[in-house]
Amino acid sequence: MSDPGPLKHTPLHALHKELGARLVPFAGYEMPVQYPTGILAEHAQARTAAGLFDVSHMGQVRLTAKPGQNAAKALETLVPGDITGLQPGQQRYTQFTNESGGILDDLMVTSTGDHLLLVVNAACKDADLAHIQKHLSATCEIEPMFSRGLMALQGPQASQALARLVPSVATMKFMTGAFVTIDGAQCYVTRSGYTGGDGYEISTPADKAEAIARLLLAQPEVKPIGLGARDSLRLEAGLCLYGHDIDTTTTPIEAVLLWSIGKERRTQGGFPGASVIQKQIAEGAPRKRVGLLPEGKAIAREGSEIAIGGKVIGKVTSGGFAPTLGRAIAMGYVDKANSANGTKVELLVRGKPVPAEIVPMPFVKHAYYRG
Amino acid sequence: MAVKYSKDHEWISVEGDVGTVGISQYAQEQLGDVVFVDVPQVGRKIAKGESVAVVESVKAASDIYSPASGEVTEANAALADAPGEVNADPMGKGWFFKVKLGNPSELDELMDQAAYDAFVKSLS
Repeated sequence: MSDPGPLKHTPLHALHKELGARLVPFAGYEMPVQYPTGILAEHAQARTAAGLFDVSHMGQVRLTAKPGQNAAKALETLVPGDITGLQPGQQRYTQFTNESGGILDDLMVTSTGDHLLLVVNAACKDADLAHIQKHLSATCEIEPMFSRGLMALQGPQASQALARLVPSVATMKFMTGAFVTIDGAQCYVTRSGYTGGDGYEISTPADKAEAIARLLLAQPEVKPIGLGARDSLRLEAGLCLYGHDIDTTTTPIEAVLLWSIGKERRTQGGFPGASVIQKQIAEGAPRKRVGLLPEGKAIAREGSEIAIGGKVIGKVTSGGFAPTLGRAIAMGYVDKANSANGTKVELLVRGKPVPAEIVPMPFVKHAYYRG
Repeated sequence: MAVKYSKDHEWISVEGDVGTVGISQYAQEQLGDVVFVDVPQVGRKIAKGESVAVVESVKAASDIYSPASGEVTEANAALADAPGEVNADPMGKGWFFKVKLGNPSELDELMDQAAYDAFVKSLS
């Protein structure tokens, strides 16, 4: 890697330090991996009450159609998701694909009616922006909003905590968004997240991020959560981490993300790699992302080989300890022929085979608010 | 004899010709919540500096290197059900294994408490 230069700070950096966070480099930013209570306590906090995550390092981009153009239609030339079908205030998960059907990044897209708001991964945001500019400059105004604040408030008590400040968020449904005023600042809130639980993501002006974070942390339900628990929470929810579970070598079909591809788009195509993806939809992909439940306590981390009777059939792409279950879990890719739930496999942990079973995901039931 | 430390943040406390090995307060703080410890088999011959145990935190797996050579005489079975003892009591209940020392003079290369405290201070 070339010299990454000094680490960037989010608008909440000073607050993280004040809260005693352990700060680590992540995607070019200095980010909190945990606070003094530790990852297990933070994980439990987000599963049982509410936790506040700084995700301002992620890339926020606003697309606005140029006169006579349609931004949703334009974006659909880069992603397989149904974007033209998004009603104002609706949000959708999709991926930027490449010509071979691989995933350049995964992202959330929300329609405000007048604009599309995109949230992309921190490590990919510069490349994503260049990709969007290259392909959509003729049809859209493209505004990177990389300095804005973005925080996630997640957990079963997230709604009551945020509704104390903004009553209207209580009735918002999963995967919808709305403009709201918090502490005098206009913010954009979506009911979504990356934990598998109920919660919100709140986009704020940069100069109001810290005040809003303090306001949220002042609610009795809310404590700060670092990137460590963010990872264990999303793994329990069976959600992909870009650069690990999905990348340019995996297609949305292999990653079992067919649900995120619009029904009409499956037949009509019109996105990069459509021919590869359509062929996999019709015939099946050669390999598949699966959940893995190892026996015993050993943890199979990313890169561990998956084997049957000593023959390697795949590789773990995320593995860790699931605090909610008190045991190890993993996900990875295996050959299609060996991908059925209930298949017994071995995970090679430090050279030793650990018996495991292919299981459905999520590992911890999703608890989205659907009204 | 008093406790001695390695640069990899293991400690060893010797009684007679048997040393008890664990990780330091500093090490457990760096690791964060420990969720699994893979301790060595009793009877295993180990060399100084050899990776003999693995500590799994929520975040990552870390190798534990033996601060002394010899033969493993006991492993802390209680850690299987209570790995959190490594965080709560790293110098006590969170011990990993006992080793019958093959070459006690190796311990001379390790740090005493004062030297280790200074070493940790130099890291921050």
